[in-house]
Parts: sequence; structure tokens; C-alpha cells
Amino acid sequence: MGRAVDGWLLASVMRTPARAADLEAAGWTGLIAIARAEQMIGTLAARLQGLAVPAQVARILDDARTSAAQGQIAATWEAEVARRVLSHVGERLILLKGTAFAVAGLRAGLGRSIGDLDILVPKDALARVEAALLDAGWEWVKPDPYDDAYYRTWMHELPPLIHRDRDRMIDVHHTILPPTARITPDPVALLGDAVEIAPGMFALSPLDMLVHAAAHLLADGDLAGGMRNLWDVHCLIEECGTDGLEERARHHGLEREVARAVRLATALYGKEGSVGVVDRIYLFRLTARDEWGRATRPVTRMAFYIRSHWLRMPPGLLARHLWTKWRGGGAGPSSG
Amino acid sequence: MRAGVLRTGALSVRHVFSVRVGPVGFRIGSDWRAPIAALERVYAAYPAPHGGIADFSVRLFAARPWRRFVRPAVMIGGDYVLPEAAPLPLAQGLLAAEMGMNLQMALGQRHYLLLHAAVVEREGQAMILTGASGAGKSTLAALLSLRGWRLMADEFALIDPRTGLVHAFPRAVSLKNAGVATIAAEVPERRLGPLLAHTPKGTIRHLIPDTTAVAKMDCPARPAAILFPSFGYARATRAVLPSEVFVRLTQASTNYVALGERGFDTLTRMVTTLPAFAIDYPDTNTAIDQVEAAWAAL
Repeated sequence: MGRAVDGWLLASVMRTPARAADLEAAGWTGLIAIARAEQMIGTLAARLQGLAVPAQVARILDDARTSAAQGQIAATWEAEVARRVLSHVGERLILLKGTAFAVAGLRAGLGRSIGDLDILVPKDALARVEAALLDAGWEWVKPDPYDDAYYRTWMHELPPLIHRDRDRMIDVHHTILPPTARITPDPVALLGDAVEIAPGMFALSPLDMLVHAAAHLLADGDLAGGMRNLWDVHCLIEECGTDGLEERARHHGLEREVARAVRLATALYGKEGSVGVVDRIYLFRLTARDEWGRATRPVTRMAFYIRSHWLRMPPGLLARHLWTKWRGGGAGPSSG
Repeated sequence: MRAGVLRTGALSVRHVFSVRVGPVGFRIGSDWRAPIAALERVYAAYPAPHGGIADFSVRLFAARPWRRFVRPAVMIGGDYVLPEAAPLPLAQGLLAAEMGMNLQMALGQRHYLLLHAAVVEREGQAMILTGASGAGKSTLAALLSLRGWRLMADEFALIDPRTGLVHAFPRAVSLKNAGVATIAAEVPERRLGPLLAHTPKGTIRHLIPDTTAVAKMDCPARPAAILFPSFGYARATRAVLPSEVFVRLTQASTNYVALGERGFDTLTRMVTTLPAFAIDYPDTNTAIDQVEAAWAAL
């Protein structure tokens, strides 16, 4: 057997769908397992639509497309319900991430799986919005008082709420990075430049969508789901361009993160670009999957997990948080 | 059916078995040989996935490297997983594999509407037996398969939303507790898997489906009736109203909500066109009699 299979298999087929023609049965099985693990099976299916593939693969991809379409119907309905609730308290519905891409009909939304409903509201409207959502059937999911207090004190979003009838989660953000992070984006600018993408539904401007994607991936998390995030970035660049991006990123204090996200997205999905040594470490982590879709490269994963906490919190708070979580047995990178 | 060893360096999946059950291909990888050997015996007569490409992957792995050897405990992984699933002892590896396959279907299957049900067929017409765990679906389906019916499914009925047909998914029948002795008394030893004692579901033993079930597993059938068996009551048969059937079937489906409108349309069509009966039975012979009577009256 030649070179071991990893996330680059998925990246190369996303970049050049015609490459799928070279795949044999084992290659397809690995590709499908990795795409599922990265929650990109619907995106892959959309990308390969119309291409000649083995009959069994065609069936799997067809199911994935149907499933993604149904998921987007449900996500769009969830947004509509939230729009109605927010309109009662005089707030605009500003959609973030997947739901925004889907409602706006952006390429990044094609086949994309959508989990929670992420929205952005002004910080001074948080209490009103929270009360309105609770009134409309959403309930707390974090029963642990430490977690609840942690969210309210240190996070850029309310503790997640789940709807008791529809079993769907909503994340209400008031900015795009935790207040404890060293970088402080400008939420007023995010809100001010939001654009209407459907009647009564808004999204960040395309440039701010890119800034948000980069912030979420590189200044907040441990790179989990990074292949999907960077596909979003790649599609946004292709569709909306990068004019003014550098300036906008600098305004939010995220010029390094945005530049890196652009380089990483290009390395994975775009035309040949130049990546440095540090970028290669990121790519090593981002593509850490084997042909069973298993998470590989545990040392690198752990390093990025620790880094995510380092970025998110000052050292004293981090120590306290990890201590509390360790005693509760909850901390540690997700395995997959 | 295909077994083999796949190596990709340090983190190898040591033992692999691929199999197709009805329309669905599975690839099962394991850190241990024993569960794969059990699968090879139980599914000896089954083909490999179409084109060698499995619909779903299942992995049986040790929670920590040393747990491959010390008090080996089998974790269930795969394309779709439930967080915090408890591991099983290695002696129950076959059960772990079966649970892994069930999980992929329950969480990942979108081609068919899934009903937690057993299905038997005669003359191209299918009877769907559904109900809560312990209602006796598996034992009843196994017995019917020994009385001239074709076994189509023991765990999941696969309803095609496009055609309304039920597709066969004849996995090994998971006999539980009292059902084990009932069936073991009627079949030769070679038709049975290993006895799995003290599992989370009690004593389990798998019945290997007969050659007809495997040979005809690519033949779908037209659903003809829905039965709701309940074991442990005096003999009674009553018709069930469509409204109740609808509610019961939504509860019996693992992907009704995920299918959206397709799920609703499929279920509505079944509920409005198929007769449904609740069958209370004190013992299996009575149940067989009731099923035959219901069938004759269709």
C-alpha cells in the first residue's frame, strides 16, 4: 500500500472532482468515511453531482444530497421561527455560519450540514432576546451551574438553548470571539454592515463572514471541523472576492488569522499557493484522519486543544477552568 | 463476504470483514480477531458489498491500547456514533458488531424509512411485526421462518419511499432470553451463533437465516399487513385504528423525522392502505395460529 490515506484525499477530490475517477473501491470507502467524519458528506455529494461514479457511490451521494436538502429545510424553518420571536422584541435576525450560507444561497451552503442555529444580536439586547426565546419554548441545556455561569461571564454567546418541541439548538452570540480572548473584534461594525439576505433575515457582510470564519477557526477553537470551515472560506473567496478583506480584518484585529485562513483554504482547496512551516503544522492537524475516518495524530491534536484554551483565556482563568473541569471529569479533546 | 487484514502503519485496523445484508453494505474493522471470526461464521453465505464499497463502516476498538489484552473491552465506533456508549466484554464481540451495524442504520440510513420491526413474506406479500422490545418480534419471525415464511428482517423494516415496497434486511436474528430455547429446540446447532450470556439485554443467541432468506434478499415485497404482537396476555386479536398505527409507527421509526416530508408521505400511505392488528398471545404456538388466521382473513 502506498502513501497512507488522510484528509488530503477529501481535499484533493473537493479541489478537483475529476480526480474521483481514479479512485478504486478502497479509495471511495475511505473518502466517504473521512467526509462523514468531517461532516462534509453532503458538501462532497454536491461537489460530485453530475459526475460518473460507481453505482453504489451514486446511491450514497444521492442519499447525502437528499439528507442535506432536508436538513436545510429544517434549518431555514428554525431561522424563520427565530425571526418571528425576535421581531416581537424589535430585533433583527442576523444569521451566522451555515444557516446564513443556505438562506443567502451562497456556494458555501451547497450540501452543507447545518447543526445549531447561530445568530448575532447587540449585547444590550441579550436579556430581551433570551427572555423572548424562553417564552417561545426554548430551554436551558446546561444543567451544570458552573458551565452556565462560565458562559454568562466569559463567553461571547448565551449558554445554548434547545427548543422543547423541535429539539433544535440556538446559539445567541453578541460578538464573534470570547471577551477573554486577546483579540477584540468590533461587534458594532459587524451589526452595522449586516445585509438583508431574505425578507426579514440578515447576514454578516461577505467580508465579515470571512473574518468570522477565520476567527472561529484560528482564534477560538482547536481546529475541529476545520476542513469544513476552510471549505466555507474557499467558497466565500471564490464567490465574493477578497477586495478590502485585509483592511476589514485589521479593523477587527484579525489580520493574521484571516491571512492564515486564506492560505490554508488555498492550500487545501485552491490553486497552488505558498505555505510556510507553521502553516504545514496546521495542515497536518487539519487532515488528521485515516481511511476509517478515525482521528489520528493525537499529539498534534492535543497541542491544538491546549492552544485553543490558551487563546481563549488568560493563564489564571485557564488554570481555574481546567482545574474545575478536571475535577468534573469533563475536559479533554473530543475523540472520533 | 470478504475478510482480510489491512495495514496502514502504526494505527492499523487489524481485522476487517465486509458484508452485504439486503441493499446495505457494511465494513467492520476490529482490534481483535474473535468478533471478525464470529461474523465470518454467521454471515458465511452473504455476498460482499456492491462494487466492494460499503455504505457504512463500523469499528470495534479498545478504549486504551492495553485494553486489547487486559480485561479487553470492546468500544463501538463507526461513521455514526452515540456519545458515551458503554463498552462490551470481548466475549460479546459479535453483539458489539451487530449493535454497531444497527447504530449506522438508525443514525445514518436515509434511503429508506426505517421501522423497528421484523418482516416475513409469503407469495410476494410482506407482514410487518412491530412493537416494543420484549414483545416477541424476533422469536415470532424466527418461528414463522421455520413454518414456510421467508424471513426478510428481524430488526429493521426498510420501506422505500419511492415505491412503498419493503426491502429485505435479513441480518442474523437476535434471539433473547426465553426465545433462545424456543428456537434452539427446532434448529440444528450449525444454524446458531455463540451463546452470549449476561449481555445488557440478557442472554442472546443469533439464528443464522436460512438459504432462502439470503438467496432472495434482493427481492422486495409489497407490505400486506401490520401486526403489533404483545407476549404474556390471554389470546386476543383486535383491529388497530389508522390514527393509533400512525403514532405507533412514528415511535417505531428511527429516521421518520430526518426524512421530513418523504417520511410523512410514506407512513401516511402505509397507515391508510394497510390493515393492522394487535395480537396478544400467551405462548408462541398461539401467536403463530393468530398470525395465520389474520393472514387468511386479508
